[in-house]
Amino acid sequence: MSLPVHNPSAAQQRRTAYRRRQTVRSVLVAATSTAALGTLLAIAVTGAPGWDRVRRSFLNPEIARDALPEVLDGLRLNLWLLLCCAAGSLLLGLLIALLRTLRGPVFFPVRALATSYTYTFRGLPLIIVIYVLTLGVPGLRLQGMPSVLVLGGLALVLTYSGYLAEVFRAGIESVHPSQLAAARSLGLTYRQTMRHVVLPQAVRRVAPPLLNDVVALQKDVGLVSLAGPIDAVRAAQIATAQHFNYTPYIVAGVLFVLLAIPLIAVTDWVTLRAARRQSGG
Amino acid sequence: MAKTPRILALGAAGTVLVAVAACAPQDDPTPTPTTAASCTKDTMPTRTAGKLTVATDEPAYEPWFRDNKPDNGEGYEAAVAYAVAEKLGYAREDVTWTRVKFDSAIAPGPKSFDFDINQFSISEERKQAVDFSAPYYLVRQTVISLKSSKIAGKKSLADLKDATLGAQVGTTSYQAITDVIKPTRKPQVFNNNDDAKKALQNGQLDGLVVDLPTAFYMTGAELTDATIVGQVPQVGAPEAFGLLLDKDSPLTPCLNAAVGQLDKAGTLKELQQKWLAQAAGAPELT
Repeated sequence: MSLPVHNPSAAQQRRTAYRRRQTVRSVLVAATSTAALGTLLAIAVTGAPGWDRVRRSFLNPEIARDALPEVLDGLRLNLWLLLCCAAGSLLLGLLIALLRTLRGPVFFPVRALATSYTYTFRGLPLIIVIYVLTLGVPGLRLQGMPSVLVLGGLALVLTYSGYLAEVFRAGIESVHPSQLAAARSLGLTYRQTMRHVVLPQAVRRVAPPLLNDVVALQKDVGLVSLAGPIDAVRAAQIATAQHFNYTPYIVAGVLFVLLAIPLIAVTDWVTLRAARRQSGG
Repeated sequence: MAKTPRILALGAAGTVLVAVAACAPQDDPTPTPTTAASCTKDTMPTRTAGKLTVATDEPAYEPWFRDNKPDNGEGYEAAVAYAVAEKLGYAREDVTWTRVKFDSAIAPGPKSFDFDINQFSISEERKQAVDFSAPYYLVRQTVISLKSSKIAGKKSLADLKDATLGAQVGTTSYQAITDVIKPTRKPQVFNNNDDAKKALQNGQLDGLVVDLPTAFYMTGAELTDATIVGQVPQVGAPEAFGLLLDKDSPLTPCLNAAVGQLDKAGTLKELQQKWLAQAAGAPELT
């Protein structure tokens, strides 16, 4: 059985040709305007009287090469902290969101605690949390006080789990009540309903904003350097002070962007997949 | 012609960009050096002929002065002032002291002294308002620690090898750790000395590196349970203290020459040993 040959009408052929012309035209216009703006910017920046000075102090290849090993060394710290703090704050955030969505009057104190936790730590500036934990808590001089890095990581987990808890809660509450009712009528307990019906849908829905917060966390982990450890930005700051040249900051900035690209790409991919699934395609 | 405004806007944006770039400031010219004059007690145009009027702050602190009495000649700066006077041919009793606040001394305007000695660090900015002599002291980096710390009382740089040291970011103090002491533990870096002091108090640091004047202030006034371990050999481009004079003072070349001679003869070094290292308890780590 052969498929019937599709013969578009004359009107359809005109439409197709018109669309093709339009596409070519818009690509050409986009290319021209991009080239024009690019040239204009390049001329304006490189033609400026101070351009040589700016290039020497921000884009010096020798200083970049000198600073790279130290900045990379600092970046290792950022990566470690990011991994640990992301895992920690995702877990703690989920736990708090679950506590906040518990039903029943018995759980009022738990709900109230979880709610005040998210209010407090979303409101408190991260820098202050880090100061209190890394310079305040060790002052107690307790036995077995963890290192500054652990305390700084804890400050990040506390703050970010506040944000993430709210994202999780939004996901949990976005699952329609009829789904809960259906699950309960099938005989699932509250815990089973959460585990098998609500959370799988909730987490999938809020995956993009969760990853978005992780990207933000990636830049904030460096604030632990307030308490002494040397992260990538601090290493760049030290190199900048040594050479009186800002190139190390640019080096650190480029490394951060490179580090963020995979994470952002994953976020975009997850978002796209979720959109495709929901539109049923 | 619906597209014209857009093209105009683009053109205008381009013009603005170029105009902004063209407004960048140009470099400043360099200043010219001053000339010398004759420098003896009889010819020097001091405020009171035959007398040298020297100023410092009220109160004058140790170890730069002793007992807030500059005229006893004790303390590093008092000793330097008398050494300079002697080089210029003034006897001890020809030196009269006056008290001038730090801020009013570096402000432009007429001065009530021939020179002021009060830990003024030489900077281009201040040189716009006043004159400075050649430096009589190059600030040294110093390790301080809690009295209970494992490095308290250590005598050599080698003893600091396995200590956790801290410093403020972007300072010569940090350079002293990485270039001179070179400990095996990674140094800790802080935004400012207040954070670093807290970490020292908490016991997160074995020692903190600051410059010597700051070390005297911290151990004397701020951290009473802290002590100076010792001075680190000179590193980097140190802060320099100079005698302060009125802008374009005719005495500046004379004081320059006198301080230069004291430096060459090793007198400044001896006085530093005597008043900073021994009397004030900041031994030199080697």
